[in-house]
Amino acid sequence: MSVIYILLAVSILIAIAFFVVFVIAVKKGQFDDGYTPSVRMLFEDELIKDKTDKTILTKEE
Amino acid sequence: MEAKTCFHCGLDTSSSEIIYDEKPFCCNGCKTVYEIFSENDLSCYYDLQNAPGATPKEIEGKYNFLDNAKIVESLLEFNDDNIQIVTLYIPHIHCSSCIWILENLNKLHPSVSASIVNFGKKTVRVTYNAEHFSLKALVKLLSSIGYEPFISLDDYSIGKKNIDRSLIYKLGIAGFAFGNIMFLSFPEYFQVNGFWIEQYAPVFRWLMFAFSLPVVFYCAQDYFISAFKGLTSKLLNIDVPIALGVTVLFLRSTAEIVFDIGTGFFDSLSGLVFFLLLGKFFQQKTYNFLSFERDYKSYFPIGITKITSDGQEMAVQVYDIEKGDRLLIRNEELIPVDCILIKGNARIDYSFVTGEADAVSKQSGDKLFAGGKQLDSSIEVDVLKTVEQSYLTQLWSNDVFNKKKEDSFTNLTNSISKQFTVAVLSIAIIATSYWLIIDDSKALNVFTAVLIIACPCAIALAAPFTFGNLLRIFGKLKFYAKNASVIEQLAAIDTIIFDKTGTITANKETSIAYEGSALSEAEEILLKSSLRNSNHPLSRSLYALLEDNNILTLDDYEEHIGKGITAKHNANSIKIGSAPFVGYASESTTLNTAVHVSTNNQYKGKFTFYNKYRKGLSKLFNKLKKEYDLVILSGDNAGEKENLTKLLPAKTKLFFNQKPEDKLEYIKHHQDSGAKVLMIGDGLNDAGALAQSNVGIAISEDVNVFSPACDAILDATKFNALPGFIKASKQAITIIKWSFALSFIYNSIGLYFAITGQLAPVIAAILMPLSSISIVVFTTVCTNVLGRKLK
Repeated sequence: MSVIYILLAVSILIAIAFFVVFVIAVKKGQFDDGYTPSVRMLFEDELIKDKTDKTILTKEE
Repeated sequence: MEAKTCFHCGLDTSSSEIIYDEKPFCCNGCKTVYEIFSENDLSCYYDLQNAPGATPKEIEGKYNFLDNAKIVESLLEFNDDNIQIVTLYIPHIHCSSCIWILENLNKLHPSVSASIVNFGKKTVRVTYNAEHFSLKALVKLLSSIGYEPFISLDDYSIGKKNIDRSLIYKLGIAGFAFGNIMFLSFPEYFQVNGFWIEQYAPVFRWLMFAFSLPVVFYCAQDYFISAFKGLTSKLLNIDVPIALGVTVLFLRSTAEIVFDIGTGFFDSLSGLVFFLLLGKFFQQKTYNFLSFERDYKSYFPIGITKITSDGQEMAVQVYDIEKGDRLLIRNEELIPVDCILIKGNARIDYSFVTGEADAVSKQSGDKLFAGGKQLDSSIEVDVLKTVEQSYLTQLWSNDVFNKKKEDSFTNLTNSISKQFTVAVLSIAIIATSYWLIIDDSKALNVFTAVLIIACPCAIALAAPFTFGNLLRIFGKLKFYAKNASVIEQLAAIDTIIFDKTGTITANKETSIAYEGSALSEAEEILLKSSLRNSNHPLSRSLYALLEDNNILTLDDYEEHIGKGITAKHNANSIKIGSAPFVGYASESTTLNTAVHVSTNNQYKGKFTFYNKYRKGLSKLFNKLKKEYDLVILSGDNAGEKENLTKLLPAKTKLFFNQKPEDKLEYIKHHQDSGAKVLMIGDGLNDAGALAQSNVGIAISEDVNVFSPACDAILDATKFNALPGFIKASKQAITIIKWSFALSFIYNSIGLYFAITGQLAPVIAAILMPLSSISIVVFTTVCTNVLGRKLK
């Protein structure tokens, strides 16, 4: 029955690990701006696509 | 591109014929930005959003103050070796294209290593290498692509500010503890006796105790502090019963586990604190991109050009200006100190300070006051007073600006909490004395149980969720209130005071009427052609009004600053300007702005400019007159009096020539006789009145541009919706009263268990969250119904 102690310890350790992650995230300012990151993540590819076709096309025409 | 709009900024391009890359542009500025972007492979800026740009403005010399190392240092957030970090506020940030282009600044200049946009706050944080680059160059680069940053005196040494994130920490910790304690209390909810519980219960209980410690001593500390403050000032605010409840919960639970009586109420305790903080978080919705605390510092430039004794131009920080300094004020620059005009033509727009709509001309030797904006070419001035001693800044030393409005106001929750606390305490004492007679072993149990179950979680949540949600709904309808107490105060007002210029008149929009002998077609063409050359604001508005005519090439054109213009075409000459200038001696008594015209030295007539009032103004006033006293306080002259009396309901009071102090005094006087005043204004000249009134609303044509310190900002397009907002605030109060009634029902049920001595932890754990959640649901649904009616 003392397995309950192991289970308790594990569950609390996991909980605390998540808690530490939360504190780090707040400290880094991840909760300061709730909007911009949602837009930013959609941008990554634009530059490359741009170089390959868009500008060259418009300039040739 | 089917429509004829600028590819860069979306303005009409029909009058310009700039085509580049098969795309139409409204001006060369926009075209240049497009060229910059396409050369640097950034033209996908235009794919994300149609016509996202702004026309770059002429900024020559405007940012010379950034050559001053001291100013630059005060703006920088980080400065080490060659790496500098600065956060700039850019009002134009409005769409995803803006984020994209600003975060790709490094493609435009190799020295920029990173740039991060905060869309909500409209700021960009740029990291750059200062070896081949500077803050001034960065600002110029941003301006050249249409993203001109706004730097004011307010930014001085703002770079090193800390952000307060304690509420997020508290909420996180309370939520974390609440969840874990719930887990740990589950076994004992269902199995009261038995070997298993007996063996392991202490472990579970002490773990719960450990989790509850940060909740009580960190998360709930604000409630203890506020309750203590309330008690010392003999005020039973809502935090008193909350703090009492938390204390009793914690002490009784601890006692129960120490003496092995029971499992305690740690679950209810952490749940209570978690829900309370959630309400606080919800109410704390702020509009990052708006500022309600602006004073003159947000308007004033941070640096200005000083002319040294040997004739050199030098940028100085505004606070460093000393009496006797010689300053150079460029076109469109704000005069930061009281001074005397030495050289140049001054045409000063004092609308910031006085609300007077028209610019005034000054001769050399005249005194100029701080806060005026120079509209003509550069002038030189001698400083009379330093920034802190100038007229405008003196206004800010009035006590009104140091007083917090919320402190002097008892809100609904606190007024009810007084009776509530007294009632709860008497119930607790009566029940305890009853049990002392019947069965004294249960007395203490009952006493604590009453205090626990009566903890006014639901009452404390009703107002934050109702107002918080209404704040959000108002925000969507372009009415931005500073905080929840603004809505509460708005519901109580009985007098509404309006400013005139910019508030009930549409800014910069005038209607023009012509009086005099009719102009022939040739004369009209000549008039229009002459006006075309002038940059005077009156000329521009008159020009825009006249019908399209052929434009003549003038033989002769001369502008007499402060007087008018003369022009010649073939044998015809024309004079446009003030009455004496055109040779019209008998100036009529009207106070309105007028432009007089004479052709070939013969007086023709005048164009009179009338204020154009907002659409639906008289309808709005008629709607409001039934319930409120209406007053108009104008800083302008009485020229519009006749017009206004015609337009507005008869009992509206009209006052003209009101100085900023007069407005403030007027409101104070009425408040002393018991009036609750709503002030609606727009300019800095209303700032004192806005601060003094119970609720000060600033009307803004563009909420991103600057409005004075106030309680709420209303978008000018929503001006007519004002009665709706006031009505909704009143209904919000009703909603809160209903939720109080609802929470009393829960409290009565809970009190039944408490008084009869049967309050088991599981009942408290069910009842408390249930009451909180049903209050949240009730208020949210009701306010959403309210919001739907508003649209």
